[in-house]
Amino acid sequence: MNPLDPTPPLAESSPDCRIHALTGAATGLSRELSAPLSAEISAALAASPDGEIAVRSVDVNIPLLEKNDILAERNRGYFLGRGLAALNLVSSPGAGKTTLLERTLDEFGRRTKCAVLVGDLETDNDGQRLSRPHAPVAQITTGTVCHLDAGMIARAAQSIDLDGVRVLFIENVGNLVCPASFDLGEQRRVVLLSTTEGEDKPLKYPPIFKSAHLVLLTKVDVADLLGFKRELAVENIRRVAPQAKIIQLSSRTGEGLPEWYAYLDALVARR
Amino acid sequence: MQSALDAIRQQAVKHGATRVSRIVLRIGTLAGVDLDALRFAYEALAPGGPADGAVLEIESVPARAHCASCHTEFGAGRGFIFQCPQCGDYSGDIRAGRELGIARLEFP
Repeated sequence: MNPLDPTPPLAESSPDCRIHALTGAATGLSRELSAPLSAEISAALAASPDGEIAVRSVDVNIPLLEKNDILAERNRGYFLGRGLAALNLVSSPGAGKTTLLERTLDEFGRRTKCAVLVGDLETDNDGQRLSRPHAPVAQITTGTVCHLDAGMIARAAQSIDLDGVRVLFIENVGNLVCPASFDLGEQRRVVLLSTTEGEDKPLKYPPIFKSAHLVLLTKVDVADLLGFKRELAVENIRRVAPQAKIIQLSSRTGEGLPEWYAYLDALVARR
Repeated sequence: MQSALDAIRQQAVKHGATRVSRIVLRIGTLAGVDLDALRFAYEALAPGGPADGAVLEIESVPARAHCASCHTEFGAGRGFIFQCPQCGDYSGDIRAGRELGIARLEFP
């Protein structure tokens, strides 16, 4: 090539990427280059017989999916293929996830087949509590891990008989921080906030509420006793998570449960 | 970071390069990435591979949200509460800020 030709030599382009800038350093059409690259270019130029080399800067635009996200997408497809709705229940420890599921299995679970995957660091106490002849349950003990991940769900889901199951509840490890970052392949993420906690929890732990499809305000039967301001809690949820539906309920008195069951019915109908 | 370096290795092979001299990552402010931890992981994992000695550049993408009430798209400051500057409504419709990927590579 003529060294005075202003067109830099083109490298072979791949169909799925755009060559951002091809810098024929010898032509002086250089874009800003990193120091090590500049040094390398100088060295290559010195060694080049015709005083011409090519440097490539490529727009690759590769999204980085962590391993968990890939497994989560696989779970999502698996659940979708089986026609079941998967819900990931997250909250602080003691917000009432297990109690709500016990009553849900006894009432809603009588007419629509449900299954539960429940995670805790140790013990199968919750698995025992949730055990029902009409609903398969698998306990996941995570040891020291503070959340469930998509791989654990894939393994646990294989361990139970999902035949005829329409709703799969995943009771996450009680933790308002880490589970926010781990997609399990669920269709709906349900965050519980109980009246024994502060009304400002959504403001203090926003990522998990931000990712919620549904927020359940639990233990509303004792709200007045505790001086818990329901309206303030709802307002705080709306500020952080305007996209989320909010249901106020009590697993003890049954207040709000019909609305929760209607939500589940609507999900099942969409499968 | 390991998945990023794996992808970079693949790209280097695809473009017939044995080394990468600059890596530009595009990271949204809501992606949940701690940049110090990311750089630490890079320093620990890059040696021995094609990215050894490459310059690591981070292109930060600020968070943006869309208001469903008045259709304003607005830049969100720090934090997770997105309030529309036009009408004051809260938004959960995040349009930018969750990016996490490799934007550009330079091969010598």
